[in-house]
Amino acid sequence: MTEIPRLMSLMTGDEKHSFAATSTLDVIRVLYERVLDVSPETIGDERRDRFYLSKGHGPMAYYAVLADRGFFPETWLAEWGSFDSPLGFHPDRNLVPGVEISSGSLGHGLPLAVGTALGLRAQGIGSRVVVLVGDAELDEGSNHEALELAAALSVDALTVVAVDNRSSSYAVPGRIAERFAVEGWHTASVDGRDHDALEKALSHRPVGQPNVVVAHVEEK
Amino acid sequence: MNPRTQFAHTAGDLVETDPSVALVYAEISGQFFGEVEARHPDRVINVGIREQLLVNVGAGLALTGMRPIVHTFGSFLVERAFEQVKLGFGHQDVGGVLVGSGGSFDIASAGRTHQVPGDVALMDTLPGVHIHAPSTSTEVDTILRTTVAGNGLHYVRVVGQTNGTSYTGRGFHVVRRGAGATVIALGPVLDDVLAAVEGRDVTVLYASTVRPFDSRGLRAALGTPDVVLVEPWLAGTSAHVVGDALRDVPHRLLALGVARDELRRYGTPADHIAARGLDAAGIRQSLDGFL
Repeated sequence: MTEIPRLMSLMTGDEKHSFAATSTLDVIRVLYERVLDVSPETIGDERRDRFYLSKGHGPMAYYAVLADRGFFPETWLAEWGSFDSPLGFHPDRNLVPGVEISSGSLGHGLPLAVGTALGLRAQGIGSRVVVLVGDAELDEGSNHEALELAAALSVDALTVVAVDNRSSSYAVPGRIAERFAVEGWHTASVDGRDHDALEKALSHRPVGQPNVVVAHVEEK
Repeated sequence: MNPRTQFAHTAGDLVETDPSVALVYAEISGQFFGEVEARHPDRVINVGIREQLLVNVGAGLALTGMRPIVHTFGSFLVERAFEQVKLGFGHQDVGGVLVGSGGSFDIASAGRTHQVPGDVALMDTLPGVHIHAPSTSTEVDTILRTTVAGNGLHYVRVVGQTNGTSYTGRGFHVVRRGAGATVIALGPVLDDVLAAVEGRDVTVLYASTVRPFDSRGLRAALGTPDVVLVEPWLAGTSAHVVGDALRDVPHRLLALGVARDELRRYGTPADHIAARGLDAAGIRQSLDGFL
């Protein structure tokens, strides 16, 4: 676990500062270290848990955690973003072992996750689908189409973790949790740097309703 | 059974017989899906009036290994939700069968909002996509079954305009062989093309699968290098593939189709087909000028 700062510094070239500021770091670490049932050995198993990084921008934390978990060699990290590297500034599922969706354009991960959760249900597979969105990403209307349907169809395999670093223009405090709650989601709001609180909220699987965890971090 | 009803019938049958098939729709055509939806609520999914979601739910299903049929009017399926098609299916590299109804003319009385003459050109920007324009109910049935059983990303354009004869199988069918020019009919324009060329010594080719384009078939059938392309969507959509097929052959090309301008008229599909010069009289007139 102490490897993460070193792995991040391979990409940032910065031993102290940049990695700590990555808003998604603690959420992704907790998911892979404590919550999700997925590993390099089970990544091809249809019964694995899925993690969809919808907010694909700034994926250093994601790459560092995947390398730390053994999905790909850490030697890949230093060359990220170069022509010959599979690691882009937005992740591509077709290039990076362990990456479940290719993201970058905002507002696609949650709708894809709804479809995936419905596909797992239709096949009788009980795996979870956890999708990470940013608070500003929720500006995109496509998310609202998805969160409405997910609640209406009781897609309880689905968990959204919304990392809130208050980067949305025209934000209204408390809007995220309320928006999901009014549609019938189970909601929790936690400190996005507190690993135990994140683990508790992300491990919870309400029956009959999807789950959203709003992870508050310092303002961007 | 008209082509759209045939689509619904065949799609329902595929859901019934293959547990890997899912049907996702957005209210449109729901009147056809009630029974199969009641029997298979996990695999027949109405997302409501949410077309961005429609396409990405289909792609999300495909990410679990299922084969989605994704349907609404073509305008909302591939124009409104084009980025979802590009990224959800294309960039993720998962397959599915997108079925758009309405086309350029079916919903003439509803105006521009419900007409999609640009769909084939737009879908043609995506790498590796298969594009089909079945022109009879039999062709709809065959193409839907084939594409759902296959893999990759397919766009199937289901419209009310039809041909009198069904041709199944990919590639060009030589409908008529002549010594002069070659007239290429793509999709449900064949009957009007045949009427328009009456009395001319020309070859007529027909295909319902327009991408991949059958370059070999065109070269094999080519008579004099005067080529007329007739397609009931944006004019010139297939000109680039004809150009590629004949890049080493000095040739002339007349590309007929729906002009870019907005008509701002209502009326019937036949009114619009005639106004775009794509009825037999209009095609004949264009041929007279070109040949």
